[in-house]
Amino acid sequence: MIKRVITGNEAVAYAMKQIDPEVVAAYPITPQTQIIEKYAEYYAKGEVSGELIDVESEHSAMSAVVGAAGAGVRAMTATSSQGLALMLEIVYIAAAMRLPILMPVVNRALSGPINIHCDHSDTMMAANSGWLQFYSENNQDVYDNCFIALKVAERVNLPVMVCQDGFITSHSIEDISLYKDNVIKKFIGEYKPKYNLLKKEITMGPFDMFDYYFEHKRKQAQAMFDSVKVIESTFKEFSLISGRRYDFFEEYKLKDAEKVIVMIGSTYGSARDVVDSLRNNGELVGILGIRVFRPFNFKLLKKKLEKIRNIAVMERYDPLSGFGGILFNEIRSSLSRNDIVEYIYGLGGRDVDDSQILKVFKEMNNGKELIRYVGVRE
Amino acid sequence: MQNLKKWKELEDAGNILDKGNNEENDVSGWRSFRPIHIREKCIDCMICWSVCPDNAVISGDGKFIKFDYTKCKGCLICLNECPVNAIRSEKEK
Repeated sequence: MIKRVITGNEAVAYAMKQIDPEVVAAYPITPQTQIIEKYAEYYAKGEVSGELIDVESEHSAMSAVVGAAGAGVRAMTATSSQGLALMLEIVYIAAAMRLPILMPVVNRALSGPINIHCDHSDTMMAANSGWLQFYSENNQDVYDNCFIALKVAERVNLPVMVCQDGFITSHSIEDISLYKDNVIKKFIGEYKPKYNLLKKEITMGPFDMFDYYFEHKRKQAQAMFDSVKVIESTFKEFSLISGRRYDFFEEYKLKDAEKVIVMIGSTYGSARDVVDSLRNNGELVGILGIRVFRPFNFKLLKKKLEKIRNIAVMERYDPLSGFGGILFNEIRSSLSRNDIVEYIYGLGGRDVDDSQILKVFKEMNNGKELIRYVGVRE
Repeated sequence: MQNLKKWKELEDAGNILDKGNNEENDVSGWRSFRPIHIREKCIDCMICWSVCPDNAVISGDGKFIKFDYTKCKGCLICLNECPVNAIRSEKEK
């Protein structure tokens, strides 16, 4: 392993270089831009062997990647926010076509109002698009997730998003351990596509009427159910090269906790500090962070949280639904409980300091409101 | 709606692995207009045969024999391309 001090975006670009996909098609968008800049630098220096296609939009980026993946090669793109919104039509199609595309997404708030900073409204918009979704707490996470996610995607023939928090990790420098190229090469192995447009004349993406659409959707849904076992075993394999044993959910001092916050992304790091300080005062608090959001491993979640007395979900996007967000609803329904509260926080890159997390721990078991806000000026 | 496959029997993504599988489909219900061949005008140039996207023109000995109305979806490209107006159309009832 090689120790480096790099940004989250550079970690992703480095992972892409090590994966060395045959095709990368991308359009720059803040805060993803550095990934493509760095990858273009590798490309210009001849350090990667694949093609880099500069396309005219994200809709084209995803379309080019779908074409390449259909032709049986590893294909990648990366995006953020409005870029994901623009390509969303093809995002659904990539999943329905069962193409194992790896797409790093740097989370940024959706317009409007237009904003370039972090929240999860972009990938939550695509949470039910049929893509696997891995989220990352820090730079090491996003780097490691790329390899695990790619391997899982190619095993289950589903595309995957590897998400990290825009600017908070994407532009922050952290020390991380990089693996040697040959270790990664061995871990991801050679890609053997199940279908290949260039090897045999086949038809991909045909039209379905009422007689087959439902059956094809049912089959696609099964791939998502089946991916849970594959992810478990891939985590195990990855621990052999990394020494890090990941799981669907990351927990911190959960075992004896009475109050737990569930959250996604970089806030998990700050929250651990808050847990430590509260525990010093004898309060039994803990954290559950979501690494794999799709598929949603509801059985494991239930096992981890069913004994917890008070649970709050911190959701970094506003579902604008008149109710809670997707994470809130998944947690509630996995546990069949209606006493879990939702805190919407950190929208548009609003800084999340310890006092906000502290407030959630203090207030989660008081009051009747189910849907609450923290960090907004009242 | 006979002999429809169950979901577990299907290829991923609805991929179609063999060519020429339109043989299995009856598309006559798609047709709004039906092409009708006029033998007296036909010069057997077979342009209709070459432009038909669904192989619905049956030929033999280099001559036009008939339309296969189970494969014809009524696009009327044959009518448009016929150099001697030997194909007319009739609205399906």
